[in-house]
Amino acid sequence: MSSKKATPVKTSGLHIGAVEPGVKKTDPIITIDKVHRQFGGLTAVDVDHLEIPRGVITALIGPNGAGKTTLFNLLTGFDSPDTGSWTLNGRSIAGVPAFKLAKMGQVRTFQLTKALALLTVLENMKLGAKSQRGESFIASLFPFLWKKQEGEIAEKALRLLQKFKLDAKKDDFAGSLSGGQRKLLEMARALMSDPELVMLDEPMAGVNPALTQSLLDHILNLKQEGMTVLFVEHDMHMVSHIADWVVVLAEGKVVAEGAPEDVMKNPAVVDAYLGSHQDVDLGVITGRVSKGSE
Amino acid sequence: MDWGIILSNTAQSLLSPATMAFALAALGLAVHFGFAGLLNFGIAGFMAVGAYGYAISILTFGLPWWLSALVGIAAAVLFAVVMGVPTLRLRGDYLAIVTIAAAEIVRLLFLTTAFEEVTGSADGLFGYHASFRASNPFPPGTYGFGPWSYNEVELWVLVIGVVLVALAALLVWRLMHSPWGRVIKGIREDEDAVRALGKNVFSYKIQALIIGGVIAAVGGIVYALPSAVNPNVYMTSLTFFVWTALLLGGAATVFGPLLGAMIFWVLQAFLSSFLPALVASGILPLVSSAQAATLRFVLVGVGLVLLVIFRPQGILGDKRELTFVK
Repeated sequence: MSSKKATPVKTSGLHIGAVEPGVKKTDPIITIDKVHRQFGGLTAVDVDHLEIPRGVITALIGPNGAGKTTLFNLLTGFDSPDTGSWTLNGRSIAGVPAFKLAKMGQVRTFQLTKALALLTVLENMKLGAKSQRGESFIASLFPFLWKKQEGEIAEKALRLLQKFKLDAKKDDFAGSLSGGQRKLLEMARALMSDPELVMLDEPMAGVNPALTQSLLDHILNLKQEGMTVLFVEHDMHMVSHIADWVVVLAEGKVVAEGAPEDVMKNPAVVDAYLGSHQDVDLGVITGRVSKGSE
Repeated sequence: MDWGIILSNTAQSLLSPATMAFALAALGLAVHFGFAGLLNFGIAGFMAVGAYGYAISILTFGLPWWLSALVGIAAAVLFAVVMGVPTLRLRGDYLAIVTIAAAEIVRLLFLTTAFEEVTGSADGLFGYHASFRASNPFPPGTYGFGPWSYNEVELWVLVIGVVLVALAALLVWRLMHSPWGRVIKGIREDEDAVRALGKNVFSYKIQALIIGGVIAAVGGIVYALPSAVNPNVYMTSLTFFVWTALLLGGAATVFGPLLGAMIFWVLQAFLSSFLPALVASGILPLVSSAQAATLRFVLVGVGLVLLVIFRPQGILGDKRELTFVK
């Protein structure tokens, strides 16, 4: 896919004081306080304090069932916590519905891609644009009120589609795209709203290695363009490659955070997530390959 | 067999108040189901609310006919809001159950003897035509030709019906080719994705429910214009006939519901003349002519099954959609 090699420029100096779970950041975009979410007897999320740094790429990692997606849903207004408060740019956004959060510049994608199958790729893109006059019922009846804006939105959509190499597909139904193309479309659609904070739920899940490279480049581009990225991911290579900051969640709690290379040496993280055999080939563990034979 | 009568009955149904009422109701349902993805099985309720709103306003409150029609529309808006606010947060299949129940509640309220003075109970309402006929601009006489010959009253009903169908089709076409319609279609595909893009999904769903409901209520009014309002018309079977017309033409199209309503009524008219004639001439054995008339519903049912299997997008639907049926 993309030929240009991504050379991620890591940002440092994000935190104030010693690195520990809940450490203060120099410039947080999101601050979470005492957020608690319980499903029956199961505590899915129990975060005491967490700050997401602005303008950089933050990865949220953790074992299956750690509460990553639940935290995502809470932050994006798709679920509401039992207790707790959180702010976006210093403004409290607890209990604000999802669509208002999106209008405030915080946009998300989903773990299971949500392409709008029976809309064309271009229509999918146009839907992402904010403050469209023609989306109000009365105004929609009078095309002269929104035709000009519609043209601008279409232009912008085509530019983005070109960037994501989907422009040849613009008149196809989104349902005819492959899984990887849908991931690209969902990300491109999210960018139509010129977000400040992009939240990606497992952007690489089920994507082949070549497409992964191109998705990585797109995510790095977001940072270059001044957006903040928060993403959930399992692939540790990818996390260490592009993330400036890593937050590790286990059993709903933040167990560690820090720069990727430091976090991966943290014994708590190794125990909870990476597993003690992380450097060893799977064949060695199962006994099919003898150690050191490669 | 008298082919003259059979064909003339069939031709007449192409342009009858019932056909136009169905076209409007199916168009309203297209807004609900085809475009917004709201599984509404209570379309008969919207038609009833429109028809009763119209008739009651004239008979009980003595309003002129056009104001009464507006009352019928307002009643449909109210019905949509009352039904929508608590239920639109439900998933599609639950909404279907609630709407079917809501339509039955409406029908039984009109049927109960408790409000007989206003609703006429089982007799329904009739004799509300004076105001409508007084405003007829056509002088007495016979208009049209062949099977399409009408007196001045019938012509006035048809003109109003055609104008309303055209206005409704224009409205739906305009809406669905605007950014508003794009949001509505997005909601049909995946509400959460649309919500994540900053659209107030609940508000759009209520708007869609109101607009579709109003168009269906106008259909109910057109149904009531020439004749009477009878609670037995607004049974669940009416809902399913409207669904048949909609699926026949194409659920996510503007002209599909109109075409579907025409085909539905032309077929009904043809079969209800043709089947008894077959029995009378001894070609169709084992059934009486009364049974033969009901046989048409069986055939319509079989037709619907075949349609859903072999052409789920309807006659005017986009063929590409077939590949991605969920």
